[in-house]
Amino acid sequence: MNLLEHIGKYTLLVKRSFSRPESHKVYYKRLVTEMELLGINSTGIVAIISFFMGAVITIQTAYNTESPLFPAYLIGLAARDAIILEFSSTIVALILAGKVGSNIASEIGTMRVTEQIDALEIMGVNSAAYLILPKIMALIILAPFLSMLSMVVGVIGGWIAGTTVGVVTTPDYIYGIQYVFIPYYIVYSLIKSVVFAFIITTVSSYHGYYTRGGALEVGRSSTLAVVHSSVVILLFNLILTQLLLS
Amino acid sequence: MIEVTHINKSFDGQPVLNDISVSFEQGKTNLIIGRSGSGKTVLLKCIVGLLETDSGNIFYSGQCFTSMNRKEKQKIRQGFGMLFQGAALFDSLNVEENVRFKLDMFTTMTPKEKSERVDFCLKRVNLAGKNRLYPAELSGGMKKRVAIARAIVLNPRYLFCDEPNSGLDPQTAIMIDKLISEITKEFNMTTLVNTHDLNSVMEIGEKVVYIHEGNLWWEGTSEEILETDNPELNDFVFATKIVKQLKKLDDI
Ligand SMILES: Nc1ncnc2c1ncn2[C@@H]1O[C@H](COP(=O)(O)OP(=O)(O)O)[C@@H](O)[C@H]1O
Ligand SMILES: [Mg+2]
Repeated sequence: MNLLEHIGKYTLLVKRSFSRPESHKVYYKRLVTEMELLGINSTGIVAIISFFMGAVITIQTAYNTESPLFPAYLIGLAARDAIILEFSSTIVALILAGKVGSNIASEIGTMRVTEQIDALEIMGVNSAAYLILPKIMALIILAPFLSMLSMVVGVIGGWIAGTTVGVVTTPDYIYGIQYVFIPYYIVYSLIKSVVFAFIITTVSSYHGYYTRGGALEVGRSSTLAVVHSSVVILLFNLILTQLLLS
Repeated sequence: MIEVTHINKSFDGQPVLNDISVSFEQGKTNLIIGRSGSGKTVLLKCIVGLLETDSGNIFYSGQCFTSMNRKEKQKIRQGFGMLFQGAALFDSLNVEENVRFKLDMFTTMTPKEKSERVDFCLKRVNLAGKNRLYPAELSGGMKKRVAIARAIVLNPRYLFCDEPNSGLDPQTAIMIDKLISEITKEFNMTTLVNTHDLNSVMEIGEKVVYIHEGNLWWEGTSEEILETDNPELNDFVFATKIVKQLKKLDDI
């Protein structure tokens, strides 16, 4: 299959996912389950990675700006902007593509090869809507929170590491993270995180839903889900940056 | 009543079903038999619409299923029950939730009514009290029985079974066969069963359809099958030594 066919099939699947649910109650329950599975269970990894990335960004900025020409508050400023603009949305999305994307593709792929999706269809249930829509909604709702969590923990990580290593003082760092603060950057970052959540859930669901064969192919779908979500995220990162910041 | 008229199906130019026309009656256990790879599963999946046919029509009680849109098909399918070869229970749901699934999805029953209905169906397949177990904790035979309970929970008009006793020991297999045959009568369903098991043919077959390399080769009753002089069907029926011996005894 060529790229255009994939995009066509993907679009139809996404469209089919957004149809009226057979039972609102069942879908609401599914949404809550998925929010826990995809979102809440990802807070740990997001927090850990954000903390260390914040720490490393701060220390690296400090060592690269050791010239007296640079004021000390620049360290906090640079760390803040790196975290808010790129890190908390794009890098977190790439990490989620690995964790959540492979999880979605293998779950739906297994349901496909064990005929559970056929079983849903035979019952008269729209399997795409039942399986995929709650996942999309769950991650779209939670992605901004994960993103904000990442920002906060990243900035804290930078502060703890910077002051522990002694490259920056607490007042300088705090002055830096407040210096010429542009609130729109946060909006920009949250918009990106929502778009990335949509990409991760739909691309991974697509790979899972159209798995053919057995266990081996489920593994393959899972890998493809991660690779393709990541590439699409990077592409849209470029597009969105141009659209939102220019 | 299900009518199939002139259906053809091929995969990548490789024909799998050739011009099959056949009808299946209500209240009867209709068997589709044939060797492995003869196209039984493909035929069943075409009939329920999981696979699209290349040509031909399928009628449910006179309504043309093939020309329906997605929504209309979904409506008809709410009257389907299907038993998949691997049971296809939902892994993430326990036995009760699996059986209750269609009630949650399509009815406005109260929780009490639902749990009564679930218990009734589980009792019917001899699995009373197993409500809290997960599919991974069940044996092959139990999975099939849960799948039957799930299939009959909304009183289906049509029941489809793909190799319901594959991978089961002979006694469990006979039990599953009997269960299918009994519920067919109880609910007055049109039941289609795919099998390559001659035991099933003798035990529960009312109408039998023999598929040979994607062609409808023979149809008749399970009594007629032993008398047939159709060479391919004879080869299929008398493949095992034990059946051959029986035939000899019969001839004496
Ligand atoms: N999805 C598919 N793609 C290509 N070929 C298929 C597919 N499904 C079944 N076939 C082929 O159709 C033939 C009949 O298969 P099937 O109906 O599964 O046989 P059985 O009678 O054992 O159930 C086989 O030769 C099989 O390889
Ligand atoms: Mg088969």
